[in-house]
Amino acid sequence: MVTSRDDFSIAIRSAFLKKGVKQKFSLLALIIASIILLSLEAINSKSLNFVRSAVKDVVYRTSFVASMPSNSITFVFTKVQNYFEVYEQYEITKSKLQQLENQKNQINYLKIENDKLKKVIDDTDIYNYESITTKVLVDKKSPFLKSVILNKGFNSGLKKGMPVLEGPYFVGRITEVNYLSSRALLINDLNSKISVLIEPMGYRAIMSGNGEKLALLEFLPKNHQLEVGSLVYTSGTDGIFFPGIPIGRVELIEKKFHIKFFSDLSQLYFVNVITSKPTESEQ
Amino acid sequence: MVLFRKKFVNRFFGLIPLFILFFLVCSETDFNFERLSFLSFNLIYIVIFYWVLKNPDILGYGFIFLAGIINDVVIGLPIGISSITYLVLAGFAAYVRYLTVEPSLIYDWIVFVPSIAVTNSVYYYILRIFFDIEVNYITLALNAGVTILLYPIIGILFNFLSKIIIAQKNV
Repeated sequence: MVTSRDDFSIAIRSAFLKKGVKQKFSLLALIIASIILLSLEAINSKSLNFVRSAVKDVVYRTSFVASMPSNSITFVFTKVQNYFEVYEQYEITKSKLQQLENQKNQINYLKIENDKLKKVIDDTDIYNYESITTKVLVDKKSPFLKSVILNKGFNSGLKKGMPVLEGPYFVGRITEVNYLSSRALLINDLNSKISVLIEPMGYRAIMSGNGEKLALLEFLPKNHQLEVGSLVYTSGTDGIFFPGIPIGRVELIEKKFHIKFFSDLSQLYFVNVITSKPTESEQ
Repeated sequence: MVLFRKKFVNRFFGLIPLFILFFLVCSETDFNFERLSFLSFNLIYIVIFYWVLKNPDILGYGFIFLAGIINDVVIGLPIGISSITYLVLAGFAAYVRYLTVEPSLIYDWIVFVPSIAVTNSVYYYILRIFFDIEVNYITLALNAGVTILLYPIIGILFNFLSKIIIAQKNV
Protein backbone atom coordinates (compact mmCIF):
# COMPACT_ATOMS: atom_id res chain seq x y z
CA MET A 1 0.00 0.00 0.00
CA VAL A 2 2.85 2.27 1.00
CA THR A 3 4.61 1.38 -2.23
CA SER A 4 1.57 2.25 -4.34
CA ARG A 5 1.26 5.62 -2.53
CA ASP A 6 4.95 6.20 -3.23
CA ASP A 7 4.42 5.30 -6.89
CA PHE A 8 1.56 7.76 -7.05
CA SER A 9 3.56 10.65 -5.58
CA ILE A 10 6.62 9.86 -7.71
CA ALA A 11 4.47 9.80 -10.87
CA ILE A 12 2.81 13.10 -9.91
CA ARG A 13 6.17 14.70 -9.16
CA SER A 14 7.66 13.39 -12.38
CA ALA A 15 4.70 14.56 -14.44
CA PHE A 16 4.45 18.07 -13.04
CA LEU A 17 7.98 18.95 -11.93
CA LYS A 18 10.36 17.15 -14.31
CA LYS A 19 11.28 18.98 -17.48
CA GLY A 20 12.08 15.99 -19.65
CA VAL A 21 14.90 15.76 -22.17
CA LYS A 22 13.88 18.47 -24.62
CA GLN A 23 11.45 20.42 -22.43
CA LYS A 24 12.46 23.90 -21.34
CA PHE A 25 9.71 24.37 -18.77
CA SER A 26 8.03 22.10 -16.23
CA LEU A 27 4.25 21.65 -16.35
CA LEU A 28 3.79 23.20 -12.93
CA ALA A 29 5.74 26.34 -13.89
CA LEU A 30 3.56 26.79 -16.98
CA ILE A 31 0.32 26.19 -15.06
CA ILE A 32 1.43 28.88 -12.57
CA ALA A 33 2.25 31.19 -15.51
CA SER A 34 -1.26 30.58 -16.92
CA ILE A 35 -2.85 31.40 -13.56
CA ILE A 36 -0.82 34.64 -13.40
CA LEU A 37 -1.97 35.52 -16.94
CA LEU A 38 -5.58 34.82 -15.96
CA SER A 39 -5.24 37.04 -12.89
CA LEU A 40 -3.88 39.83 -15.07
CA GLU A 41 -7.19 39.79 -16.97
CA ALA A 42 -8.81 41.41 -13.96
CA ILE A 43 -6.31 44.30 -13.92
CA ASN A 44 -7.27 47.20 -16.13
CA SER A 45 -4.20 49.38 -16.58
CA LYS A 46 -3.22 51.45 -19.60
CA SER A 47 0.10 49.69 -20.24
CA LEU A 48 -1.44 46.22 -19.84
CA ASN A 49 -4.28 47.13 -22.18
CA PHE A 50 -1.75 48.35 -24.74
CA VAL A 51 0.17 45.05 -24.59
CA ARG A 52 -3.08 43.06 -24.79
CA SER A 53 -4.26 45.10 -27.75
CA ALA A 54 -0.94 44.64 -29.61
CA VAL A 55 -0.89 40.87 -28.92
CA LYS A 56 -4.48 40.51 -30.10
CA ASP A 57 -3.85 42.51 -33.28
CA VAL A 58 -0.90 40.26 -34.15
CA VAL A 59 -2.79 37.04 -33.36
CA TYR A 60 -5.88 38.11 -35.31
CA ARG A 61 -3.83 38.91 -38.41
CA THR A 62 -1.95 35.61 -38.09
CA SER A 63 -5.23 33.79 -37.68
CA PHE A 64 -6.60 35.50 -40.77
CA VAL A 65 -3.57 34.38 -42.82
CA ALA A 66 -3.72 30.84 -41.37
CA SER A 67 -7.42 30.60 -42.26
CA MET A 68 -6.87 31.64 -45.87
CA PRO A 69 -6.40 28.15 -47.39
CA SER A 70 -9.46 26.65 -45.72
CA ASN A 71 -11.53 29.76 -46.45
CA SER A 72 -10.55 29.56 -50.12
CA ILE A 73 -11.70 25.94 -50.28
CA THR A 74 -15.02 26.86 -48.64
CA PHE A 75 -15.39 29.80 -51.04
CA VAL A 76 -14.83 27.62 -54.12
CA PHE A 77 -17.20 24.96 -52.78
CA THR A 78 -19.94 27.55 -52.15
CA LYS A 79 -19.40 29.02 -55.64
CA VAL A 80 -19.76 25.63 -57.31
CA GLN A 81 -22.84 24.89 -55.23
CA ASN A 82 -24.33 28.25 -56.26
CA TYR A 83 -23.79 27.48 -59.95
CA PHE A 84 -25.78 24.28 -59.60
CA GLU A 85 -28.65 26.18 -58.01
CA VAL A 86 -28.77 29.04 -60.51
CA TYR A 87 -31.93 28.04 -62.35
CA GLU A 88 -33.84 27.22 -59.18
CA GLN A 89 -32.76 30.54 -57.68
CA TYR A 90 -33.80 32.37 -60.85
CA GLU A 91 -37.37 31.02 -60.62
CA ILE A 92 -37.63 31.99 -56.95
CA THR A 93 -36.20 35.45 -57.63
CA LYS A 94 -38.64 36.00 -60.50
CA SER A 95 -41.67 35.30 -58.33
CA LYS A 96 -40.22 37.38 -55.46
CA LEU A 97 -39.62 40.29 -57.82
CA GLN A 98 -43.22 40.24 -58.84
CA GLN A 99 -44.31 40.39 -55.20
CA LEU A 100 -41.84 43.19 -54.48
CA GLU A 101 -43.12 45.25 -57.39
CA ASN A 102 -46.60 45.08 -55.88
CA GLN A 103 -45.31 45.96 -52.42
CA LYS A 104 -43.23 48.86 -53.74
CA ASN A 105 -46.30 50.80 -54.75
CA GLN A 106 -47.86 50.33 -51.33
CA ILE A 107 -44.59 51.31 -49.59
CA ASN A 108 -44.25 54.53 -51.59
CA TYR A 109 -47.64 55.65 -50.36
CA LEU A 110 -46.82 54.67 -46.74
CA LYS A 111 -43.43 56.42 -46.90
CA ILE A 112 -44.97 59.70 -47.90
CA GLU A 113 -47.55 59.37 -45.14
CA ASN A 114 -44.83 58.42 -42.62
CA ASP A 115 -42.68 61.45 -43.51
CA LYS A 116 -45.65 63.76 -42.99
CA LEU A 117 -46.43 62.21 -39.58
CA LYS A 118 -42.77 62.38 -38.51
CA LYS A 119 -42.71 66.10 -39.15
CA VAL A 120 -45.77 66.46 -36.96
CA ILE A 121 -44.24 64.61 -33.97
CA ASP A 122 -40.69 66.01 -34.50
CA ASP A 123 -39.10 62.55 -34.54
CA THR A 124 -35.60 61.48 -35.52
CA ASP A 125 -34.89 59.57 -38.69
CA ILE A 126 -33.79 56.20 -37.36
CA TYR A 127 -32.14 55.21 -40.63
CA ASN A 128 -30.00 58.34 -40.84
CA TYR A 129 -26.77 57.27 -39.14
CA GLU A 130 -23.06 57.07 -39.89
CA SER A 131 -21.46 53.68 -40.21
CA ILE A 132 -18.16 52.05 -41.03
CA THR A 133 -18.03 48.98 -43.24
CA THR A 134 -15.66 46.34 -41.89
CA LYS A 135 -14.56 42.94 -43.05
CA VAL A 136 -14.90 39.84 -40.89
CA LEU A 137 -11.32 38.69 -40.37
CA VAL A 138 -11.93 35.54 -38.39
CA ASP A 139 -15.13 33.69 -37.59
CA LYS A 140 -14.02 30.83 -35.38
CA LYS A 141 -17.11 28.78 -34.82
CA SER A 142 -16.75 28.03 -31.14
CA PRO A 143 -19.61 25.93 -29.79
CA PHE A 144 -19.70 28.10 -26.67
CA LEU A 145 -18.96 31.68 -27.70
CA LYS A 146 -20.42 33.32 -30.80
CA SER A 147 -18.31 36.24 -31.92
CA VAL A 148 -16.44 37.51 -34.96
CA ILE A 149 -13.24 39.50 -35.33
CA LEU A 150 -13.44 42.64 -37.47
CA ASN A 151 -10.59 44.28 -39.36
CA LYS A 152 -11.06 47.77 -37.89
CA GLY A 153 -10.31 49.04 -34.42
CA PHE A 154 -10.08 52.27 -32.48
CA ASN A 155 -7.88 53.81 -35.19
CA SER A 156 -11.09 53.87 -37.31
CA GLY A 157 -13.23 55.26 -34.50
CA LEU A 158 -14.78 52.02 -33.25
CA LYS A 159 -15.83 51.93 -29.59
CA LYS A 160 -17.21 49.31 -27.21
CA GLY A 161 -20.97 48.89 -27.37
CA MET A 162 -21.46 50.11 -30.95
CA PRO A 163 -24.17 48.17 -32.85
CA VAL A 164 -23.09 45.88 -35.70
CA LEU A 165 -25.36 45.42 -38.70
CA GLU A 166 -25.33 43.19 -41.75
CA GLY A 167 -27.09 45.27 -44.36
CA PRO A 168 -30.01 46.80 -42.44
CA TYR A 169 -30.19 43.94 -39.90
CA PHE A 170 -28.85 43.93 -36.37
CA VAL A 171 -26.30 41.13 -35.75
CA GLY A 172 -24.34 42.11 -32.64
CA ARG A 173 -22.30 44.69 -30.79
CA ILE A 174 -18.66 45.55 -30.29
CA THR A 175 -17.28 44.08 -27.08
CA GLU A 176 -13.54 44.48 -27.51
CA VAL A 177 -11.57 47.12 -29.40
CA ASN A 178 -7.87 46.95 -30.30
CA TYR A 179 -5.84 49.37 -32.41
CA LEU A 180 -6.36 47.55 -35.74
CA SER A 181 -9.10 45.06 -34.95
CA SER A 182 -12.15 44.54 -32.80
CA ARG A 183 -14.49 41.77 -31.66
CA ALA A 184 -18.25 41.75 -32.13
CA LEU A 185 -20.39 39.59 -29.86
CA LEU A 186 -23.19 38.11 -31.96
CA ILE A 187 -26.82 38.20 -30.85
CA ASN A 188 -27.04 34.40 -30.66
CA ASP A 189 -24.26 34.20 -28.07
CA LEU A 190 -25.27 32.74 -24.72
CA ASN A 191 -24.17 35.94 -22.97
CA SER A 192 -26.15 38.29 -25.24
CA LYS A 193 -29.31 39.84 -23.73
CA ILE A 194 -30.96 42.66 -25.68
CA SER A 195 -34.14 44.64 -25.11
CA VAL A 196 -36.44 44.30 -28.14
CA LEU A 197 -39.70 45.67 -29.48
CA ILE A 198 -42.20 43.34 -31.18
CA GLU A 199 -44.41 44.87 -33.81
CA PRO A 200 -47.26 45.33 -34.65
CA MET A 201 -48.33 44.57 -31.05
CA GLY A 202 -45.75 46.91 -29.53
CA TYR A 203 -44.65 44.38 -26.88
CA ARG A 204 -41.29 44.81 -25.19
CA ALA A 205 -39.22 41.76 -24.26
CA ILE A 206 -35.67 40.52 -23.81
CA MET A 207 -33.96 38.63 -26.61
CA SER A 208 -31.68 36.06 -25.07
CA GLY A 209 -29.06 34.27 -27.17
CA ASN A 210 -28.73 30.53 -26.62
CA GLY A 211 -25.81 29.67 -28.87
CA GLU A 212 -28.14 28.30 -31.53
CA LYS A 213 -29.48 29.76 -34.78
CA LEU A 214 -32.52 31.17 -32.96
CA ALA A 215 -32.73 33.39 -29.89
CA LEU A 216 -35.22 33.02 -27.07
CA LEU A 217 -37.83 35.69 -26.25
CA GLU A 218 -38.04 36.26 -22.50
CA PHE A 219 -39.98 38.54 -20.13
CA LEU A 220 -42.94 39.01 -22.44
CA PRO A 221 -45.91 40.87 -20.93
CA LYS A 222 -48.47 38.79 -19.03
CA ASN A 223 -51.46 37.60 -21.07
CA HIS A 224 -49.72 38.58 -24.29
CA GLN A 225 -51.13 37.49 -27.61
CA LEU A 226 -47.96 37.23 -29.60
CA GLU A 227 -48.33 36.04 -33.15
CA VAL A 228 -45.89 33.96 -35.15
CA GLY A 229 -44.31 36.07 -37.87
CA SER A 230 -44.33 39.33 -35.88
CA LEU A 231 -41.34 41.54 -36.52
CA VAL A 232 -38.67 42.13 -33.89
CA TYR A 233 -36.65 45.37 -33.62
CA THR A 234 -34.24 46.85 -31.10
CA SER A 235 -36.26 48.78 -28.54
CA GLY A 236 -33.62 51.32 -27.57
CA THR A 237 -34.79 51.28 -23.95
CA ASP A 238 -31.45 49.93 -22.77
CA GLY A 239 -29.83 53.18 -23.90
CA ILE A 240 -27.12 51.27 -25.79
CA PHE A 241 -28.74 50.80 -29.18
CA PHE A 242 -31.14 53.16 -30.83
CA PRO A 243 -34.65 51.85 -31.57
CA GLY A 244 -35.95 50.37 -34.78
CA ILE A 245 -33.08 48.23 -36.05
CA PRO A 246 -34.69 45.09 -37.53
CA ILE A 247 -33.57 41.79 -36.01
CA GLY A 248 -35.89 39.00 -37.12
CA ARG A 249 -39.29 37.33 -36.95
CA VAL A 250 -41.09 35.53 -34.13
CA GLU A 251 -41.32 31.74 -34.35
CA LEU A 252 -42.94 29.24 -32.03
CA ILE A 253 -40.78 26.21 -31.27
CA GLU A 254 -41.66 23.69 -28.56
CA LYS A 255 -44.22 26.08 -27.04
CA LYS A 256 -41.59 28.79 -26.61
CA PHE A 257 -41.31 31.99 -28.61
CA HIS A 258 -38.05 32.36 -30.49
CA ILE A 259 -36.61 34.89 -32.92
CA LYS A 260 -35.43 33.77 -36.33
CA PHE A 261 -32.79 36.25 -37.42
CA PHE A 262 -32.99 38.00 -40.78
CA SER A 263 -29.22 37.54 -41.15
CA ASP A 264 -27.42 34.24 -41.34
CA LEU A 265 -24.95 34.74 -38.50
CA SER A 266 -22.69 31.94 -39.71
CA GLN A 267 -22.19 33.66 -43.07
CA LEU A 268 -20.96 37.12 -42.15
CA TYR A 269 -18.33 38.55 -44.51
CA PHE A 270 -18.86 42.32 -44.35
CA VAL A 271 -20.67 44.17 -41.59
CA ASN A 272 -21.46 47.79 -40.78
CA VAL A 273 -20.60 49.27 -37.42
CA ILE A 274 -22.82 52.22 -36.55
CA THR A 275 -20.64 55.00 -35.22
CA SER A 276 -23.25 57.69 -34.59
CA LYS A 277 -26.74 58.03 -33.17
CA PRO A 278 -29.56 58.79 -35.66
CA THR A 279 -29.68 62.44 -36.61
CA GLU A 280 -32.68 64.76 -36.41
CA SER A 281 -34.94 64.54 -39.43
CA GLU A 282 -35.03 67.57 -41.67
CA GLN A 283 -38.03 69.79 -41.08
CA MET B 1 23.41 16.22 -48.98
CA VAL B 2 21.91 12.81 -48.18
CA LEU B 3 22.42 13.49 -44.47
CA PHE B 4 20.74 16.87 -44.81
CA ARG B 5 17.78 15.29 -46.63
CA LYS B 6 17.43 12.63 -43.94
CA LYS B 7 17.55 15.26 -41.20
CA PHE B 8 15.00 17.39 -43.02
CA VAL B 9 12.56 14.50 -43.58
CA ASN B 10 12.96 13.38 -39.97
CA ARG B 11 12.37 16.90 -38.70
CA PHE B 12 9.41 17.41 -41.05
CA PHE B 13 7.50 14.37 -39.76
CA GLY B 14 8.37 15.27 -36.17
CA LEU B 15 6.86 18.72 -36.63
CA ILE B 16 3.50 17.49 -37.98
CA PRO B 17 1.77 17.23 -34.55
CA LEU B 18 2.99 20.72 -33.64
CA PHE B 19 1.79 22.03 -36.99
CA ILE B 20 -1.65 20.42 -36.48
CA LEU B 21 -1.92 21.96 -33.01
CA PHE B 22 -1.03 25.48 -34.13
CA PHE B 23 -3.11 25.24 -37.29
CA LEU B 24 -6.17 24.26 -35.22
CA VAL B 25 -5.79 27.10 -32.73
CA CYS B 26 -4.82 29.76 -35.29
CA SER B 27 -7.16 29.12 -38.18
CA GLU B 28 -10.93 29.04 -38.48
CA THR B 29 -10.65 25.33 -39.20
CA ASP B 30 -11.93 23.31 -36.32
CA PHE B 31 -14.39 20.53 -35.80
CA ASN B 32 -17.26 22.51 -34.32
CA PHE B 33 -20.03 22.01 -36.81
CA GLU B 34 -22.82 24.57 -36.75
CA ARG B 35 -25.46 22.40 -38.42
CA LEU B 36 -24.41 19.11 -36.84
CA SER B 37 -23.43 20.47 -33.44
CA PHE B 38 -23.88 17.04 -31.83
CA LEU B 39 -20.95 15.79 -33.94
CA SER B 40 -18.57 18.55 -32.84
CA PHE B 41 -15.39 17.46 -31.13
CA ASN B 42 -12.16 18.89 -29.84
CA LEU B 43 -9.24 17.62 -31.89
CA ILE B 44 -6.82 19.79 -29.91
CA TYR B 45 -7.48 17.71 -26.76
CA ILE B 46 -6.78 14.51 -28.68
CA VAL B 47 -3.56 15.91 -30.19
CA ILE B 48 -2.26 17.08 -26.81
CA PHE B 49 -3.21 13.95 -24.88
CA TYR B 50 -1.93 11.53 -27.50
CA TRP B 51 1.44 13.17 -28.14
CA VAL B 52 2.27 14.03 -24.53
CA LEU B 53 1.50 10.42 -23.69
CA LYS B 54 3.37 8.96 -26.62
CA ASN B 55 6.29 11.30 -27.12
CA PRO B 56 6.44 14.51 -25.07
CA ASP B 57 9.54 15.70 -26.92
CA ILE B 58 7.44 16.19 -30.05
CA LEU B 59 4.89 18.44 -28.38
CA GLY B 60 6.68 20.58 -25.80
CA TYR B 61 4.80 22.01 -22.81
CA GLY B 62 5.90 25.51 -23.82
CA PHE B 63 4.23 25.10 -27.20
CA ILE B 64 1.05 23.77 -25.55
CA PHE B 65 1.03 26.85 -23.28
CA LEU B 66 1.50 29.16 -26.30
CA ALA B 67 -1.22 27.35 -28.28
CA GLY B 68 -3.59 27.89 -25.36
CA ILE B 69 -2.90 31.61 -25.33
CA ILE B 70 -3.46 31.91 -29.09
CA ASN B 71 -6.69 29.92 -28.77
CA ASP B 72 -7.96 32.26 -26.05
CA VAL B 73 -7.19 35.34 -28.14
CA VAL B 74 -8.87 33.93 -31.26
CA ILE B 75 -11.98 32.65 -29.48
CA GLY B 76 -12.23 35.67 -27.18
CA LEU B 77 -11.84 33.95 -23.83
CA PRO B 78 -9.89 35.39 -20.88
CA ILE B 79 -6.20 34.84 -21.72
CA GLY B 80 -4.81 31.85 -19.86
CA ILE B 81 -7.88 29.65 -19.56
CA SER B 82 -7.12 27.38 -22.52
CA SER B 83 -3.47 27.17 -21.43
CA ILE B 84 -4.55 25.88 -18.01
CA THR B 85 -6.96 23.32 -19.47
CA TYR B 86 -4.43 22.12 -22.06
CA LEU B 87 -1.69 21.85 -19.42
CA VAL B 88 -3.99 19.97 -17.01
CA LEU B 89 -4.71 17.52 -19.81
CA ALA B 90 -0.99 17.29 -20.57
CA GLY B 91 -0.42 16.67 -16.85
CA PHE B 92 -2.83 13.72 -16.92
CA ALA B 93 -1.09 12.32 -19.98
CA ALA B 94 2.37 12.77 -18.41
CA TYR B 95 1.19 11.11 -15.18
CA VAL B 96 -0.18 8.13 -17.09
CA ARG B 97 3.05 7.90 -19.09
CA TYR B 98 5.09 7.60 -15.90
CA LEU B 99 2.79 4.87 -14.55
CA THR B 100 2.34 2.83 -17.73
CA VAL B 101 4.72 -0.03 -18.32
CA GLU B 102 3.15 -1.39 -21.49
CA PRO B 103 1.22 1.25 -23.43
CA SER B 104 -1.89 0.33 -25.39
CA LEU B 105 -4.46 2.43 -27.22
CA ILE B 106 -7.37 0.91 -25.27
CA TYR B 107 -5.74 1.70 -21.91
CA ASP B 108 -4.97 5.25 -23.08
CA TRP B 109 -8.57 5.61 -24.20
CA ILE B 110 -9.91 4.58 -20.78
CA VAL B 111 -7.64 7.10 -19.05
CA PHE B 112 -8.67 9.75 -21.57
CA VAL B 113 -12.24 9.68 -20.17
CA PRO B 114 -11.48 11.02 -16.64
CA SER B 115 -8.82 13.34 -18.09
CA ILE B 116 -11.34 15.02 -20.38
CA ALA B 117 -13.94 15.13 -17.61
CA VAL B 118 -11.55 16.91 -15.22
CA THR B 119 -10.19 19.21 -17.94
CA ASN B 120 -13.68 20.31 -19.05
CA SER B 121 -14.75 20.79 -15.42
CA VAL B 122 -11.75 23.07 -14.83
CA TYR B 123 -12.64 24.98 -18.00
CA TYR B 124 -16.33 25.28 -17.07
CA TYR B 125 -15.82 26.32 -13.45
CA ILE B 126 -13.15 28.91 -14.19
CA LEU B 127 -15.39 30.53 -16.81
CA ARG B 128 -18.53 30.38 -14.63
CA ILE B 129 -17.10 31.24 -11.23
CA PHE B 130 -14.27 33.67 -11.96
CA PHE B 131 -15.45 35.34 -15.15
CA ASP B 132 -19.25 34.89 -15.04
CA ILE B 133 -19.30 33.72 -18.67
CA GLU B 134 -22.21 31.45 -19.48
CA VAL B 135 -21.26 28.14 -21.04
CA ASN B 136 -23.78 25.59 -22.22
CA TYR B 137 -22.64 22.53 -20.28
CA ILE B 138 -24.77 20.18 -22.38
CA THR B 139 -22.89 21.29 -25.51
CA LEU B 140 -19.65 20.97 -23.57
CA ALA B 141 -20.56 17.45 -22.40
CA LEU B 142 -21.64 16.40 -25.90
CA ASN B 143 -18.41 17.78 -27.33
CA ALA B 144 -16.43 15.84 -24.72
CA GLY B 145 -18.42 12.67 -25.46
CA VAL B 146 -17.74 12.82 -29.20
CA THR B 147 -14.08 13.64 -28.52
CA ILE B 148 -13.80 10.54 -26.32
CA LEU B 149 -15.53 8.36 -28.92
CA LEU B 150 -13.20 9.54 -31.68
CA TYR B 151 -9.99 9.12 -29.67
CA PRO B 152 -9.26 5.53 -30.82
CA ILE B 153 -9.87 6.34 -34.50
CA ILE B 154 -7.62 9.39 -34.47
CA GLY B 155 -5.24 7.49 -32.20
CA ILE B 156 -4.81 4.83 -34.90
CA LEU B 157 -3.95 7.55 -37.43
CA PHE B 158 -1.48 9.09 -35.00
CA ASN B 159 -0.01 5.62 -34.31
CA PHE B 160 0.72 5.44 -38.00
CA LEU B 161 2.40 8.86 -37.93
CA SER B 162 4.31 7.93 -34.79
CA LYS B 163 5.66 4.81 -36.53
CA ILE B 164 6.83 6.94 -39.47
CA ILE B 165 8.59 9.35 -37.10
CA ILE B 166 10.34 6.49 -35.31
CA ALA B 167 11.26 4.85 -38.61
CA GLN B 168 12.71 8.11 -39.91
CA LYS B 169 14.74 8.53 -36.73
CA ASN B 170 16.19 5.04 -37.07
CA VAL B 171 17.16 5.46 -40.72
